[in-house]
Amino acid sequence: MGKKVKVAIIGPGNIGTDLLYKLRRSPLLEVAYVVGVKESPGIEIAKGFGIPTTIKGIDEMLSVDEIKIVFDCTGAGPHLQHAPKLKAAGKIAIDLTPAAVGPYVVPSVNMDEKIFNLDNVNMVTCAGQATTPIVYAVNRVADVYYAEIVSSVASKSAGPGTRQNLNEFIETTTKSLKIIGGADSSKAIIVLNPAEPPIMMRNTILTRVRKPDLPAIRASIDDIIAKLRTYVPGYRFLVEPIMQGDTVTTVIEVEGLGDFLPKHAGNLDIINAAAVSVGERFAQRILEGKR
Amino acid sequence: MNKLFLTDTSLRDGSHSVSHQYTSEDVEKVVAALDDAGIDIIEVSHGDGLGGSSLTYGFSAENELDLVSIAAKTAKRSKIAVLLVPGIATLDLLEEAHRRGASVVRVATHITEADVSEEYIKAAKQMGMFTVGFLMMVHMADIDKLVEQALIMESYGADVIYATDSAGALLPDDVYARVAALKKALHVPVGHHAHDNLGCAIANSLAAAKAEATYIDGSLGGMGAGAGNAATEMLVGALKKSGYEVNADLFKTMDAAEKVLLPLVVAKGKPLPRHDSNSLIMGYAGVYSSFMLHALKGAERFGVDVRDVLIELGKRKAVGGQEDWIIQVAYDLAKVAGKSV
Repeated sequence: MGKKVKVAIIGPGNIGTDLLYKLRRSPLLEVAYVVGVKESPGIEIAKGFGIPTTIKGIDEMLSVDEIKIVFDCTGAGPHLQHAPKLKAAGKIAIDLTPAAVGPYVVPSVNMDEKIFNLDNVNMVTCAGQATTPIVYAVNRVADVYYAEIVSSVASKSAGPGTRQNLNEFIETTTKSLKIIGGADSSKAIIVLNPAEPPIMMRNTILTRVRKPDLPAIRASIDDIIAKLRTYVPGYRFLVEPIMQGDTVTTVIEVEGLGDFLPKHAGNLDIINAAAVSVGERFAQRILEGKR
Repeated sequence: MNKLFLTDTSLRDGSHSVSHQYTSEDVEKVVAALDDAGIDIIEVSHGDGLGGSSLTYGFSAENELDLVSIAAKTAKRSKIAVLLVPGIATLDLLEEAHRRGASVVRVATHITEADVSEEYIKAAKQMGMFTVGFLMMVHMADIDKLVEQALIMESYGADVIYATDSAGALLPDDVYARVAALKKALHVPVGHHAHDNLGCAIANSLAAAKAEATYIDGSLGGMGAGAGNAATEMLVGALKKSGYEVNADLFKTMDAAEKVLLPLVVAKGKPLPRHDSNSLIMGYAGVYSSFMLHALKGAERFGVDVRDVLIELGKRKAVGGQEDWIIQVAYDLAKVAGKSV
């Protein structure tokens, strides 16, 4: 087995615990610390894997030099406090909160080399990871002047970090549709649905375009979905791109791998799978001595 | 008999009836009439609340914040309210609405999702707004769940908690039981918002009053999503006749409906809300009333029966805000029927 880079997870809630499962499969990353602020199922699971844990916040972990990359799965407020401390401790922060201290990364769209010289990058939001690639795909061939997305997730898959931050969640997703997706203006809506059995994560992506060429749009979307499916195999059409006037509607379902929460929680999968692929790219650079 | 305060939502829920096409001029006239009639609170926003203007819910004719400004300038006694649905609106919009004179906010969540209101209710209280916790689609949960969720909103500082029958699916006995349970459990006053899909909006409002609700919603002429809300003028008449004290004047409220609002709607070429088999299905199947016009459009686009669309939405347990599901339901039904999409 090759050498791995040691990483930590802060915030073992729904997202953090699912991420723990995914990181354990990584050939390049090894979870060396799980940091919480209270006893939780996520802390217990980490202990079960024999991973060091703490429920006293991030300070202890900061002093562990071998930990090079830290995944922050807390909330927008806490990450604003963690970010300067992580930087001072020389750790790369992969931010899974809507705090967005660093620039947005959507792996199928902007895994540029320059991103990997930074020490804090942001994973947007689950809705941002699910919808930005489609807006980007439509924009590059059809020039999107307005993008609107509605993301529905099962209530059970949205933990307190999401629930207390819907405002930041919308703001961050909205900006990502413009900055990364390329839309001139944008709107994001999120709905939590409590139906039982839980619904799969579902995203409606509406784009208004200046060049309404549906076959070109379709080909561009197919290309980006092929890239996305390399890290999120459960990403698929519910409604293939259809056009009315200058509005293209695409509906996507995201089925998760069922690592921590059941398969309905595709929202956890897509942001975590994206974070793992970004973490692995950082790890490669560290292992190659480029950082 | 308890004293009741009325919130008129002609310019918010009622804006579904005109596909959110109210102008500043319309708002000025309607607010002047409602204010003169002694209505306590006047709600002004896109039908889906602040930030609702969108492809999914329909674009507003005018920026709703400008409508809030003109409403606040026009009202002498009435307070101006806005609706805020977490997940649709941002706090920036609320702050701006507050700057422009909105002094009341109703923070609306699905009946089981009260905890998403925390940051919004706390921010509104911080701004000094009178803050209402608005639990929607109350028919989708039992009374214990309703009480649990209401207590959560109360703990964030909400000044009033509403049991909101968004699908017009409740009957008077259900409303009585729900409001009575809230009254027993909460320290803050309770409100009720009815839809007339089963023809029970006034009866349900009377049941809420009997169970000691303090706040009741209506809209002039019963404008609103689905078959509309309880008609405000009818509420004033029925509540007064039942012996409740209300600030509103009956004749002036009637005039606001007949002489001010309804002619505006007719001039826009929009049909007045009415009971038909579609609104009945919504109440019967428990479907969010705002889906009505979008379901009609979706059914037409894909050549399927709107009633099938509504029933399927009920089966899939769509909640408020999921208008985007309608396209997929209509598309799926058309595919199953072998139509080209």
